[in-house]
Amino acid sequence: MSEPLRGVVVSHAAVAQALLAAVAAITGVDDALVPVSNDGCDTGALTERLTRAIADRPAVLFVDLPGGSCLTSSVRLARGKSDVAVVTGVNLAMLLDFVFHRDLAPADAARRAAEAGSRAIRTPAA
Amino acid sequence: MSIALYRIDDRLIHGQVVVGWGKPLNARFIVLVDDAVRASEWEQELYRMGVPADIEVVFASTAEAAQHLLEWERDPRVGILVSGAIETLAALSDNSHRLRRVNVGGLHHRPGRSERLRYVYLSDAEATQLRALAAQGVEVTAQDVPTAPPVPLKNFT
Repeated sequence: MSEPLRGVVVSHAAVAQALLAAVAAITGVDDALVPVSNDGCDTGALTERLTRAIADRPAVLFVDLPGGSCLTSSVRLARGKSDVAVVTGVNLAMLLDFVFHRDLAPADAARRAAEAGSRAIRTPAA
Repeated sequence: MSIALYRIDDRLIHGQVVVGWGKPLNARFIVLVDDAVRASEWEQELYRMGVPADIEVVFASTAEAAQHLLEWERDPRVGILVSGAIETLAALSDNSHRLRRVNVGGLHHRPGRSERLRYVYLSDAEATQLRALAAQGVEVTAQDVPTAPPVPLKNFT
């Protein structure tokens, strides 16, 4: 793949912006991810924000919850497009992995990110 | 117990409905009244994804909702009915005269609407529709989540 994947973080309120700030602070990478908030949006307006964020590039959409307006708009937009994939339950660990693996196909990058994010969820003994 | 919340929300089933209202009300079923979603199995699956498995989700067209409203009202479980359109709730009220309260939970910006509250944007025609609903004896308030104070209709139309 010649063009690196774009990651679009889709969230309620300012979760997406905060995750991007954390990714940039940890990795120094500040051009791989775009934040989209659903604040003030109906589904049509959110779809427009997502379309602008993807900007006709291959992309993975990282959605905060596995349900609700962020998910429905993201899946509607990705439906039938092989160059856009969706992952739910976004967390910092999956984004940190993603920014260094943007040469994969969108579906493969989404699967890899989901695995990385899942591995980060633990209950360490205190 | 019946339908505890009649809600107008253009995001339909989402976090505020399932968690924000569903938890304190102990809702056991959610009715989504939307003709387009009713016609699409794929869209229905998307909306089901955001709802815990122990809460039933019913998808209905406006006509089906009018037909089944009495049955839902008599259901011993607590239910929430949500639609994205004022006219849908107005139609249900016209047909049944059973709606006592309508919650305006979220109508967001689109061309032709102006901001009335942070989460309520209305065109003049929509404001008129809400006032007409109130004129039928329905208490119409805006309230996005249960912890917020309800805003009387006259304060946002």
